[in-house]
Amino acid sequence: MERTEFISKNPFDTWQIGERLGKMAKKGELYLLYGELGAGKTQFIKGMARGMGIEDWEYVVSPSFTLMNIYEGKKFNLCHVDLYRIESMEAIELNIEEYLQEGIVAVEWPEKKDWQIDAIKIILHVIDDDTRKIELIKP
Amino acid sequence: MLILGIDTSCDETSVSVIDGKNNILSSIVSSQIDLHKRFGGVVPEIASRKHVEIIDSIFHEAIDKANISKENIDAIAVTYGPGLIGSVLVGLCFAKGLSLSLNKPLIGINHVEAHAMSIFLEKDIEFPFISLIISGGHTCILLMEKPCNYRVIGSTRDDAAGEALDKIAKFLGLGYPGGPIIEKLSQKGNADYVLFPRPMADEDNLDFSFSGLKTAFINWAKRHKISDGNIHHVLASFQEAIFDSLFGKLMKASKRYNINRIVVAGGVASNSMLRTFFNEKAKANNIELFFPSPINCTDNAAMIAVTGYFYYKNGFLSPIDLKGFSRMVIKATP
Repeated sequence: MERTEFISKNPFDTWQIGERLGKMAKKGELYLLYGELGAGKTQFIKGMARGMGIEDWEYVVSPSFTLMNIYEGKKFNLCHVDLYRIESMEAIELNIEEYLQEGIVAVEWPEKKDWQIDAIKIILHVIDDDTRKIELIKP
Repeated sequence: MLILGIDTSCDETSVSVIDGKNNILSSIVSSQIDLHKRFGGVVPEIASRKHVEIIDSIFHEAIDKANISKENIDAIAVTYGPGLIGSVLVGLCFAKGLSLSLNKPLIGINHVEAHAMSIFLEKDIEFPFISLIISGGHTCILLMEKPCNYRVIGSTRDDAAGEALDKIAKFLGLGYPGGPIIEKLSQKGNADYVLFPRPMADEDNLDFSFSGLKTAFINWAKRHKISDGNIHHVLASFQEAIFDSLFGKLMKASKRYNINRIVVAGGVASNSMLRTFFNEKAKANNIELFFPSPINCTDNAAMIAVTGYFYYKNGFLSPIDLKGFSRMVIKATP
């Protein structure tokens, strides 16, 4: 297990950290993002999208209502999932395994589900108004 | 001319029959009927499965209420995106089935465009016009150049306006759906109580960002106590920041394209305080502002049908192998 920490002073820092991770992303990887409301989960995934060469990375928006947004990257896709609205996982079938075959899956509010697959965990801690401590845990 | 409209792009299963542009014979929306009582069994909360289980019944409900038989339908309009792809496909495949069996044309409709066109269910307005679509899942500005011809000229870069309201309501433990609850609590509030930021207001684009506003609220709430004494004021101020952001960009769009006809639609457009705010500002700025009635602002299939009407009249039909899509690709407007 590999643990790294970053400090972000603003959304642009969060983008940059996400971008670095996105550049190294490989097809089939599952990313689980933990953090309270406003911690910067969507901003982090925007950065990842940029790193993956997704052209409209600036328009990677929150999938809270749609549940899932799919973006085509240079080499593989980004499937951006948000379980914020989900009360019970039995109620939905998102077939995340299927999307892992075509790219990476990044999940916000992963606490709503039990994950059977190995995942890269990203934990965004709110330090103060603007500052975040971003922990990256690779299995 | 009878147009059938179908929408399964998100949570709702909706079917509608319209006769001509603005005669709604039926508009059935699944959340508005007691599914448990009507169809029995456990209804999945948010699932393509739910759409599959009820679409046939909703369709029949719409046909019966319209007092027509399915053979009378002239064209079938269906949302083919954007939305949760598994859900979109249910309506799309159902529509294709109908199209093939009834031998009637299929018309794929963009759900967001349909919100802009929902105004035609109630009145005729001239093209070109600008439309602001605000809901839980969407916040964008469309330039409606002529019937069946539009483009996205502005969009949120993170959270939708409705989503920001919903999340703050949840953060405060106010219940669901957040928008109407915040609207109700804001009515007695003073919108000048806190000056929340208007993100991207100074930027020359027509885009929005509400996640910074969400964070500003959370940061403020962590530093100040929110109680029964000030919650109305805090929420009124939060709403005001959202309305101000939205209207500010609408004005920019109006000036940039030299169009002063504006339609505001989508679920958040049913907020009465937003309507008041916008109407006042529109008057002061020589804007001709239109709002569909609240019932036509929230997701429904009548707006799909009326958009389909225009496509049908102009001869724009879809091939039977039309593919659904989940997301509108936004190109940044320079």
